[in-house]
Amino acid sequence: MKKKRNFVLQSLALISVLSLSLTGCSSANSDEKASDQEAKKSVELLNVSYDPTRELYDEFNKDFIKKWKDETGQDVTINQSHGGSGKQGRAVIDGLEADVVTLALAYDIDEIAQTRELLNKDWQTEFDHNSTPYTSTIVFLVRKGNPKNIQDWDDLTKDDVSVITPNPKTSGGARWNYLAAWAYAGKLYNNDETKIKEFMKSLYSNVEVLDSGARGATTTFVERKIGDVLIAWENEAYLSLNELGKDEFEIITPSLSILAEPPVAVVDKIVDKKGTREVAEAYLQHLYSEIGQEIAAKNYYRPRNETILAKYKEQFPQLELVSIDDFDGWAQAQATHFKDGGTFDEIYLPQ
Amino acid sequence: MSSLIMPKKSRRIIPGFHLSLGYTMLYVSLLVLLPLSMIFIHTMSLSWSAFIDIITEPRAVASYKISFSTALIAGLLNVIFGTVIAWVLVRYQFPFKRIIDGLVDLPFALPTAVAGIALTSLYAPNGWIGQFFDFKIAFTPLGIIIALTFIGLPFVVRTVQPVLQNISAEVEEASASLGANRLQTFRRVILPELLPAILTGFSLAFARALGEYGSVVFIAGNMPMKTEITPLIIMTKLEQYDYAGATAIAVVMLVTSFLLLLTINLIQWLANRRFVH
Amino acid sequence: MEQSTAIQQASNVKNKAATKSAALQEPRIIRYTLTFIALAFLAFFIVLPLVTIFITAFQKGVDVYFAAITHPDALAAIKLTLIVVVIAVPLNAIFGVMAAWSLTKFNFKGKNLLLTIVDLPFAVSPVIAGLVFILLFGSQGLFGDWLFANDIKIVFALPGIVLATIFVTLPFVARELIPLMQTQGTSEEEASISLGASGFKTFWYVTLPNIKWGLFYGLILCNARAIGEFGAVSVVSGHIRGMTNTMPLHIEILYNEYQFSAAFAVASLMSVMAIFTLVVKDIIAWKSKSS
Repeated sequence: MKKKRNFVLQSLALISVLSLSLTGCSSANSDEKASDQEAKKSVELLNVSYDPTRELYDEFNKDFIKKWKDETGQDVTINQSHGGSGKQGRAVIDGLEADVVTLALAYDIDEIAQTRELLNKDWQTEFDHNSTPYTSTIVFLVRKGNPKNIQDWDDLTKDDVSVITPNPKTSGGARWNYLAAWAYAGKLYNNDETKIKEFMKSLYSNVEVLDSGARGATTTFVERKIGDVLIAWENEAYLSLNELGKDEFEIITPSLSILAEPPVAVVDKIVDKKGTREVAEAYLQHLYSEIGQEIAAKNYYRPRNETILAKYKEQFPQLELVSIDDFDGWAQAQATHFKDGGTFDEIYLPQ
Repeated sequence: MSSLIMPKKSRRIIPGFHLSLGYTMLYVSLLVLLPLSMIFIHTMSLSWSAFIDIITEPRAVASYKISFSTALIAGLLNVIFGTVIAWVLVRYQFPFKRIIDGLVDLPFALPTAVAGIALTSLYAPNGWIGQFFDFKIAFTPLGIIIALTFIGLPFVVRTVQPVLQNISAEVEEASASLGANRLQTFRRVILPELLPAILTGFSLAFARALGEYGSVVFIAGNMPMKTEITPLIIMTKLEQYDYAGATAIAVVMLVTSFLLLLTINLIQWLANRRFVH
Repeated sequence: MEQSTAIQQASNVKNKAATKSAALQEPRIIRYTLTFIALAFLAFFIVLPLVTIFITAFQKGVDVYFAAITHPDALAAIKLTLIVVVIAVPLNAIFGVMAAWSLTKFNFKGKNLLLTIVDLPFAVSPVIAGLVFILLFGSQGLFGDWLFANDIKIVFALPGIVLATIFVTLPFVARELIPLMQTQGTSEEEASISLGASGFKTFWYVTLPNIKWGLFYGLILCNARAIGEFGAVSVVSGHIRGMTNTMPLHIEILYNEYQFSAAFAVASLMSVMAIFTLVVKDIIAWKSKSS
């Protein structure tokens, strides 16, 4: 017993020593910060984004850095972080100090606004077009010559077709895929829910590999050569076509799809803390400029600007598009389809 | 029971008991227990029935079965091949032995994602190895087993190797001179000596395999109810901002691993006691 | 000292006996079969993946390979990884010695429990290992508000990466030393103490020489694992390019950018580092035996 008490005392002493040294470290940290602020010549932004925007922001950042230097004389460094949209949203909630977020779906930014109130709940009104400077849609990537003759969503439910799409539970992008298929089935069956569910079930029973992220799914389709069709974002489909083999694949645009809106937002609390609001807002605003829109179009995102869209109309065929509002917004779509016990889970549960 | 009570003499003679044990306790408290306790604290935000619902939902239960059975098979494969490898490395001579010995540790050193990608490209239907098989290896439970075997291999080899090195030749000689053939000597003399080490190696490899994520997601195919492992369930819950649900599943995994390791350590201790006393 | 030379002599005798006595050797066919099985298994599970990595790494030529490993982001990742290792490994080494000392030189209640807790990080899923530090130091965590108010970053910065790495590699040194020190017992230390040496001197001159190779071996495994840890670090890193990406995370990024060759080039560099440390370990182990 006596021994035990000794222990507790010794442990306490050690803990206090350790915590002292920790605080010592931390104060050193803040000193560093202070000296940073004195030399307030340059500014740093952290853009937390999702996976398929790497190439877009690589190009866009260079342009913005130049523009900002020309206009204000200030050097700006833009740090990029990429990952699955949900994972990135979570990182921001848990303390990744993003000045701006550019994610795959509004749901992830809503979640940041709700759980930690890092930004206003009506953040989507801050910038034009629902704070979505560019859009995309969901298309099919098939093998050259389209051997299975896949033209529309109902071809994906045929028995001999093998489909690759990421898991909507782990990939934000894949939720758009799911909703696009749902919208098509809804139109086909006049919103008869039992029939839609049957359609979804037969589609997803053709899915051979359910990767955890969009890029993983593309790799499975392109590198491992598994599957007849990859359900993908239009920009991803073009990128893989150009990066990985123009003569191996082709893009099929279905008759109906969904308007995928990957939104952007300034994280209010962080920019106010860091004093970067001005440059962060200018950064996102620049996405709407003609140059920004052109860069988006070059990276296969559909620009909002009509003139630039027209210039690239070869690349972006017209099709019937539903939007997330047809699913009563993300909160509703999430609850109905993707949360545990939602329609996606029903597909896989034994009846 | 006598060994439970500290022998007073040795306590007095060898110094540093309080310092070393205190430091050890503090270190594991701050770096293992405190962090892991967060899992339990977060789970407590759930009611008991909600907790039970989450950990018994069909997808979760299916994932336990998959994780458990693939980890078990991988552990057993490692027991067999790991012991053979350890045996060969200790007892036989062959070219490049030292390099091959070094390679055994590679699974510790290689990032799991790299291992996953490399194994997938080998065992995928169009891969170097996969193309020779009529059935699919990658994207089935078989693929999971391969990844988990890779991950766990060093554990068995590295626990068996030193023990094998220490088995004295006299014992084997005695056995042989008493008329036992080689197989009998192995079964009756060597194997019992190796068994504790094999058991430790197995439990470490098995426990590690239960939790493995990085390499498995590439090769598993991740189909719900079929090839979805438990760590992936945790990830899917996190992606939905469901911290409580994620930690609930994590509690199940943690408790399982802990009980597993504790059981093995107790068996070891009992076995040691039998030999020593 | 004398004891260890005696052991060595015994083992030399043992080796000679092993080669001489036919009763102690398996029939040649079994020897060959076992060797074949072992090598085939290693070939399929270790050598072939390694070969794949190197082939893919050089697929686009040597230029791409060297461009990949000298890219500023790659260099930043290498630097970060080394910093993490330099902090995490010595801390775990000190811990390993302390833990092994307390667990092998003394008997006390709850020893098995403590041993199991030391083992636990081996068995905790990397996903959970990362998550716990988020729950602890993340903005919503136990210390979240305080950390935010004082502008201290732990997760999504170096401290978080170091903590996650320490957690994952915590048992390696201890696990290596415990069985070794168990077999050595306490008689030598007891002799030294009763001859009047201080505790520290006893450790330094009696215990350490006995365990140095085990310690070194544990250090190398710990080091290898610390360099390679992916899952846990991925959760706490924040993936900021050139800042919080370790080598494994950098590889993932390159892979996700469809730069397969570059990704595997960095991976091959890691394999080379791993093999190098492992070969160093072997040479040292071999020297320790022959000296």
